[in-house]
Amino acid sequence: MFRNQYDTDVTTWSPAGRLFQVEYAMEAVKQGSAAIGLRSATHVALATVNKAASELSSHQKKVFKVDDHIGVAIAGLTADGRVLSRFLRSECINYAFVYESPLPVSRLVVHLADKAQVCTQRSWKRPYGVGLLVAGLDETGAHLYYNCTSGNYFEYQAFAIGSRSQAAKTYLERRFEAFNSYSREELIKDALCAIKETLQSEKLTSATCTVAVVGVGEPFHVIDQKTIQEVIDSMEIREEAAADQGAMQEDKSSEAAPVDI
Amino acid sequence: MALSRDWMYENNGGTCVAIAGADYCVVAADTRLSIGYSIYTRDYSKICNLAEKCVLASSGFQGDIKALQKNLAARHLIYQHQHNKQMSCPAMAQLLSNTLYFKRFFPYYAFNVLGGLDNEGKGCVFTYDAVGSYERVGYSAQGSGSTLVMPILDNQLKTPSPLLLPARDAVTPLSEADAVDMVKDVFASATERDIYTGDKLEIVILNASGVRREFIDLRKD
Repeated sequence: MFRNQYDTDVTTWSPAGRLFQVEYAMEAVKQGSAAIGLRSATHVALATVNKAASELSSHQKKVFKVDDHIGVAIAGLTADGRVLSRFLRSECINYAFVYESPLPVSRLVVHLADKAQVCTQRSWKRPYGVGLLVAGLDETGAHLYYNCTSGNYFEYQAFAIGSRSQAAKTYLERRFEAFNSYSREELIKDALCAIKETLQSEKLTSATCTVAVVGVGEPFHVIDQKTIQEVIDSMEIREEAAADQGAMQEDKSSEAAPVDI
Repeated sequence: MALSRDWMYENNGGTCVAIAGADYCVVAADTRLSIGYSIYTRDYSKICNLAEKCVLASSGFQGDIKALQKNLAARHLIYQHQHNKQMSCPAMAQLLSNTLYFKRFFPYYAFNVLGGLDNEGKGCVFTYDAVGSYERVGYSAQGSGSTLVMPILDNQLKTPSPLLLPARDAVTPLSEADAVDMVKDVFASATERDIYTGDKLEIVILNASGVRREFIDLRKD
């Protein structure tokens, strides 16, 4: 990691044409606990892993409602995320005040990206240390965007950010082609499965994750813990049933062998 | 051609009334929008649902009133984001007062009556002047017909004055149905003599089970 010569402030380029401070900010996102998003043609689901600073404290809020039709999940410096959510909310309110209609998601992410870019080109500022998954619904359909600390943004069918997000991304990459036609329930279930991939050894319960959804006829809201626990339980029942069936088949094949002789 | 301050305002007329009860609140306004001696429309609502338990009725310059309602609705959204709950009626009352005083030197030409349920579920009515001076009362009327309506309400509702000590509840002992009937009677009377009041009466009733809306025809002349 010998990049120390050119990383003192954000307004210094490296000879290779990189801004190291911006890249370091992206590292902060990778250190935060995982957040994933996936979308179908009519719904978008966001899920985050709840991380508490200690056993005594409550967990950090990582999912924010921005407007009835938009919500965000964050990973990284949650304080920066909170401040940016306040900015996003006021943008939506101002637009609705002037135009009496909901702010299109694509416009919102551009405002956010421009704000992030400013921090990469001022010597007295630092980049925001948070990545945002923006989920929204507007006239053009359901959208999921990822807003980077660098000021870049991309639209995704599904994405995961934060620690151990690669496991979730691998899971989503295998299945994303079918997402567009998914129902709301399938979307939520796959969101939980992706979160499960990032948890690895920890148990997936409704207390360790937060799931939110927005869709046609459904304003953005966080789904209550009871419903999530029911979905998790039904997933586990199906997994146990599949495991049992696999075990039973193995028994049958071992019985058949002696008869063959 | 001298610049006079009148060209910045118009008076669109109309009357607004609110009555607070033990567990309900009735807010009513006529639906006529006038200018000078003409009628713009017979079908304009002066009542705005600011929050779940809070309703604003305003008479005066409807352009300013529209802007005021939008302002309050936006501030309410911010409050909901920050506090995860709806604003209570007394909180909205203070917000409205501050919003009006903010424009002390170019006022909203709005004569407001705010009605709703307070945190204990009791009816509350707040009455305002154009620059935000407000008071919690048991009933109030504002607008072009207010001088015709207020004496009748004073006569019928006999709510003790908030100036009397010890402080007594500023709510009427009337039942909800009686209060609605009284509002209908009072508007029928105001319509007779006030040219800016008439066409239709919109009544909004708030109680523990939610919000209800009624429309009654008034004289159209």
